[in-house]
Amino acid sequence: MPTISKEEIEKALDAWTTHLLQAHATSKGGNLAIVGIVSHGDVLARRLVQKLSAAGCPAHYGAIDITLYRDDLNLRGNRPALRSSHLPFSTDDMTLILVDDVLSTGRTARAALEVLWEYGRPARVELHCLTDRGGRQLPIQPDYVAFDLSTVSEGKVVVHLQEIDGKEDISY
Amino acid sequence: MNPRKDLVTIDALSDEDIRTILDSTSAMKDIFTKSVKKVPALKGKSVLTLFYEPSTRTRSSFEVAAHRLSADVTTFTVSTSSVVKGESVHDTIDTLMSMKMDYIIVRHKNSGIPAVIARHCKASVINAGDGAHAHPSQAFLDAFTIKEKYGEIAGKRVVIIGDILHSRVARSTSTILRRLGAEVAYMGPGPLVPLQQHTGIPRFTNWEQIFEWKPDVIYLLRVQNERIDTPFFPVSDYHSAFGVTEERLRRIDDLNLSIMHPGPVNRGVEICDAAMDYRNTLINNQVENGIAARMSILYHLTPQTQSND
Repeated sequence: MPTISKEEIEKALDAWTTHLLQAHATSKGGNLAIVGIVSHGDVLARRLVQKLSAAGCPAHYGAIDITLYRDDLNLRGNRPALRSSHLPFSTDDMTLILVDDVLSTGRTARAALEVLWEYGRPARVELHCLTDRGGRQLPIQPDYVAFDLSTVSEGKVVVHLQEIDGKEDISY
Repeated sequence: MNPRKDLVTIDALSDEDIRTILDSTSAMKDIFTKSVKKVPALKGKSVLTLFYEPSTRTRSSFEVAAHRLSADVTTFTVSTSSVVKGESVHDTIDTLMSMKMDYIIVRHKNSGIPAVIARHCKASVINAGDGAHAHPSQAFLDAFTIKEKYGEIAGKRVVIIGDILHSRVARSTSTILRRLGAEVAYMGPGPLVPLQQHTGIPRFTNWEQIFEWKPDVIYLLRVQNERIDTPFFPVSDYHSAFGVTEERLRRIDDLNLSIMHPGPVNRGVEICDAAMDYRNTLINNQVENGIAARMSILYHLTPQTQSND
């Protein structure tokens, strides 16, 4: 399986931050939030918030667990464990950058949008992903993708991040 | 956790089941902070509350929990139903199954009725209290409240005070706490506290012994009105012998102990007015956590209604 290294991920995060800075240069920081989907998107969101802050563009950090919003909950025999969401601000009038590690069918992003609307009425939501492996089943497209693997991935894309997995790479 | 249809007793659960339900309770509590206090997890599912014994708290707690998971809730009011006209539990079950309920929450004065209903229907059955047998959702909310207060349950000492013998709360709560590594002791009027050789749980008869034992939590049981006039429970004697009086509250405060109670509280019997406002009284936390714990229980059970029905 081909692999993307830790160094390449790091470089991609820098480019991602630059993109955010350019696209949201006008936002005054008070109304920009990076919201990651648990359990890898939240790690990426935290890193992006740190990088933005270092570049002088403060942004709120949030994490959401979409388990209770999945559309296949009742098709499964056992219910997945729940993790805590952390969105300590109203999303009213905010620009939210929704961050996930792997975009595929679009079902997770759909559930995440439903979650966000229960915290308020955001002004704008963008979908940013570390990887896109294709296979969309819903009319959902990302605003930013760090690694587009949709034409090269033959199946699973596995993302390891240091904070959770103790190592860092992407295999596809 | 492995798929499980019913929750009748704590004993029937594996350690993993207990941990999973407790862990998810915390995530359920996060929902209360959203502007929309609701999630779609049980959308389209129907929940029936079937209470053969009066209850306001437990019943409304389950109803709020079900609503917050987006389930539809039906209340079966026994006093106005066919049950008073002599319908058997079995016939009631058949009727309910024809209504295609997914979850049935049962309280009954006789031990074992929820288990019978669970065996005979495809819906998930949750025991909301049966006789002196079990009250598992109370056990979960109690365990969660202690975990939330102290960060962990293992190693904590909890003394349960009152009529232990007839209490399903004492039974279920002490079972879950001991499974999670806490130490439990009982205190109450002699004939109403089981012997240590039967339960393995230390048995005290007065407050001095309790303070010597160095508990973290004082768990008061409700003095049941139906027993209040028997020779076991003259009210004034109960309060001075076993209740939290103002004098005992001062010692409880000095030692920084917590007070819990499953409700409803009899002020002046098991607890004095001042203790209700004491800084470490967790009774209101128990009520709030009860909703989250019951959401977690509903979420983790899997009815068998969708496969063949």
